[in-house]
Amino acid sequence: MIRITGITAVSIALLVAIWGVIAAVLAATRRMPRLAESARSAVFATFALMTIANLSMIYGLITHDFSIGYVAQVGSRSTPLLFTVISLWSALEGSILFWGWILSAYSAVAIWVHGRRLGSLGLYANAVLLGIGAFFYLLLIGPANPFGLVSPTPIDGPGPNPLLQNHYLMAVHPPLLYLGYVGMSVPFAFAMGALLSGRLDDTWLRVTRRWTMVSWVFLSMAIIAGMWWSYDVLGWGGYWAWDPVENASFMPWLTATAFLHSSMVQERRNMLRFWNQSLITATFLLTILGTFLTRSGVLSSVHAFTEGTIGLFFLGFIALVLVFSLVLLTGRSTDLRRAGSLDDPLSRETVFLGNNLLFTAFTFTVLLGTLFPLVAEALRGVKVSVGAPFFNRMTVPLCVSLLFLVGVGPALPWRGGHRDQLKRSIMPPLAALLLIVALCFVIRVPSGWAIAAFGFAGFATVTNLQEYSRGVLARRRAHGESLPQALYRLMMANNRRYGGYLAHLGAVMVAVGITASSTYRTERQVTLNQGQSVEVGGYRVRFDELTGVQESNRYVIGAHLTAFDGTRDLGQLDPRLNFYNGRSDPVTTPSVRSRPANDLYLNLLAYEQDGSSATVSVIVEPLVFWIWVGGLVVALGGVIAALPPRRRLAPRRSRQPAAVEA
Amino acid sequence: MNWRRSMIGLAIALPVIALLAFGLTRDPAQIPSPLPGRAAPAFELAYMDSAADSVSLADLRGKVVVLNFWASWCLQCRVEHQDLSAAGTLYGPQGVRFFGVLFKDEPENGRRWIRMMGGQSYPSLTDYRLRTAIDYGVYGAPETFIIDQSGTVVHKEIGPITFAKLREVIDPLLEREATQ
Repeated sequence: MIRITGITAVSIALLVAIWGVIAAVLAATRRMPRLAESARSAVFATFALMTIANLSMIYGLITHDFSIGYVAQVGSRSTPLLFTVISLWSALEGSILFWGWILSAYSAVAIWVHGRRLGSLGLYANAVLLGIGAFFYLLLIGPANPFGLVSPTPIDGPGPNPLLQNHYLMAVHPPLLYLGYVGMSVPFAFAMGALLSGRLDDTWLRVTRRWTMVSWVFLSMAIIAGMWWSYDVLGWGGYWAWDPVENASFMPWLTATAFLHSSMVQERRNMLRFWNQSLITATFLLTILGTFLTRSGVLSSVHAFTEGTIGLFFLGFIALVLVFSLVLLTGRSTDLRRAGSLDDPLSRETVFLGNNLLFTAFTFTVLLGTLFPLVAEALRGVKVSVGAPFFNRMTVPLCVSLLFLVGVGPALPWRGGHRDQLKRSIMPPLAALLLIVALCFVIRVPSGWAIAAFGFAGFATVTNLQEYSRGVLARRRAHGESLPQALYRLMMANNRRYGGYLAHLGAVMVAVGITASSTYRTERQVTLNQGQSVEVGGYRVRFDELTGVQESNRYVIGAHLTAFDGTRDLGQLDPRLNFYNGRSDPVTTPSVRSRPANDLYLNLLAYEQDGSSATVSVIVEPLVFWIWVGGLVVALGGVIAALPPRRRLAPRRSRQPAAVEA
Repeated sequence: MNWRRSMIGLAIALPVIALLAFGLTRDPAQIPSPLPGRAAPAFELAYMDSAADSVSLADLRGKVVVLNFWASWCLQCRVEHQDLSAAGTLYGPQGVRFFGVLFKDEPENGRRWIRMMGGQSYPSLTDYRLRTAIDYGVYGAPETFIIDQSGTVVHKEIGPITFAKLREVIDPLLEREATQ
C-alpha cells in the first residue's frame, strides 16, 4: 500500500514537472499569464508530491516493510531507529529520492520568492528547475526505483552499510551535502533564465546571490563533516584522501567559491559577466558530474552490482545540460562582453582575478586527477590510478598562493588607492609574516611549503583582523559604542563584507590545521600486553583490558587504555572494533582525545582472543582541532554574509531625527 | 544568439560527453582476478544442513566443481537461483558437483531462504569466519567459481550467473574429460 502511494506520487510528480516545463516555456514565449500561473503551481505541486513519496519511504523503513525493494536492500530489524531513518540516503535509490525532495523544496521556495516578479527570466528559471526535477523523477520511476516490489517478502534485510551506521555524522553529512549540491541548481536556473530571456544585466546575480551563499555554506559544512566522519570512523588518522567521492564534492565548492568572489566584481564594476555565467554553469555541471561519477560506477562504487542503466540516464542528462548550457553561453558571449576594465593593478579587482585564476586551476587539477584514469584507459587502454602524491604536489602551491591572496585582498581597496595608505596597512601583516617565518626557521620547520603556509596564514590573519579593528575603532569614535556593540553593529551594517572576512579567518584556521597535522604527524603501531605501555609524541598510553559486548545489531570489542601526559592521568580511551551482524570485516571506532594543541588518536587493529594483548595504532597530530573549528567559522561567516540586509535600523533612526542631528 | 560562436560550446561539450560515454562501457566491478588459470584454494567446509559432515576440495579432484557464494539477504542471488538449480539438475548426473557457500549469513536464514525459493538442487556449505570467501577473494554476493577436474579455477563470475554461461563453461570441460 505504502509502496503504491510512494511510486504513484513520484509518477505524478514527473508528469506535473513535464507539464510545468511546457507551460513555462509557452508562457514566456507567447506571453500567456494563465500558463505562467500554472507553471508556478507545478513547482509547488511537485514539492507536495515528493514530500509524500519521501514520507512513504521513511514509513516503510520504520515499519520494516521488506516488500519495498529499497527497504529490503538497506533495512534490517536489528538496526537502531536513527540509523533506520537515515538509511533513506545510505544507498543509491534512496539518495536519489531524497535528492528529488530537496530539489523540489528549493524550487518551491525560489519560485515562491522570485517567480512572479521577474517576467520571462523567472519563467525560464521555473522551466529549468522543473526540467532538472523531471530528470530525477524519471530516474525514480526508471533505473533507480526505490519502490520496486520484492516477492516473496524477505524475512529480514542486511541493514545499511556498516560504515554508514557507525557514526552520528552520517545523519548530518549527506543532507548537508545534498542541500549544498542541489542548492546550486537555483542560481544555475536563474542564470540560464537570464541567457534564455536575454535579460543579461545582473538581475539574476542579485536575485540568486543569497541562494548561492546558502548553498555554499551547506557545501562547506558538508565537506568538513565528511572529513570529520572519515577521521572519526575510518581509523587511519587522516581526513582527506583525494578519493573520487571527495573530489566530487570539492570541485563544485571550488568553482562556487570563485563565483562568490567574482560576482562581487560584476556587482561593483560590471565586469566578468560572461565569466560569472560560466562559473555558475560549471558549478552546477560539476555537481551533476560528481553524482554521475560516483553513482553510475564509472570510477569507483561500493555498490558494485547495481544494474547499469542509471549511468546511461545520467549520461543523457549530462550531455543535454552540457550542450544546452555551453551552446547558450557561447552563443550569448558577444552580448555579455562590454563594460569595465581594470584601473589599477594594485586593486581588489586584480586580487579577485588572481583568486579566480587559482580556483579555476585548482578545479582543473582536481578534475584532471579524478578523470585521468578514464582518459588513460580511453586513449592507451591501460588501467592507472592517480593517488594522493599527485594531488598534494599539485595543490599545495595553489593553496599557499590562495592563502597569500586571502591576506592581500582585504588590504587593497576597490579601483586601487593611495600608495601611502596601502603601505601603512600592509606593514603590520608583513611584520607578522616575517616574524612567523623567522620562528619557523628557529624551530626548524622541515618543509618550505609549510613555512610559506604558516607565514601567509599569519599575514592573512592580521590583514583580516585589521579590517575589523579599523571598523570597530571608527564606530567607537563616531558613535561612542562599546566594543562588543561596535563589533556587532559593524558586522550587521555590512554583513557581506565582514562575514566574508570571518570566512577568511576560518579558512586560515583550516589551512594551519592541515599544514601542521600533515607536517608533524607521529604514528606507532604496537602490540601491548595487559599493563604494558608505549610512549608516542609526548604521551604514554597503557593497555588495561579488553571487553566484548553484544548489542542488537553488532558485537563490540573494546580495548581500554589509559593515557598519561608525563605522570598526569588523562583518563581512559577505548578504541573499539564493531562486528556488524552478517558482515565479516569489522568497522573501527577510533578513540580520539582532541585538544587545541594536538589530538591523541588511538585505533584498535587486532587483539588476542583471551584479552591478554591488543595491537593499537597510536597517532599524535597537532592542531587537527582547528580544522573543525575553522570549518565552523567559515560556515558562520557564510551565514552572516547571507543574512538579509538590515532594514529595521533605518526606520528606527528616521523616527528620531532630532537625536541624529544632535 | 550567435550560432557560429555557440559551436565553440558544442566543441567543448562533445569530447567530454564522449569520454563519459566511454567510462560507462567500463565496469569497475570486474576487478581482474588472479584466480582463473591457477589452482583453486583448498577448502574444507561443513554442510549447512548437517554441520557434522564436511567436504573438501581434495575429495573433489577429478570432478568439475561449481562454487556459488550466496546469502539470504542478497537480492541478486534470487535472480540466478533458478538457473543454478536447473544447471545442478542437468549436470549433477554427469558428475559435476555444485555447492552453494553461504556468505556472511546464518545457516538458519539460509535454510529458510531455500525453502522460500522452492528448494535447491544441490547442497550448501557454511564458511566459518569467511576463511574460504577470503581465500577466493569474494567481494560481494553472488560470485561463482568454476573449477576443472585438475583443481584449476577456469572461470569467475561476478554478479548473477546465467544458465547459458554455466553451459558455455562446463560443456567444454566435460567434453575434454570424455576425449581423454
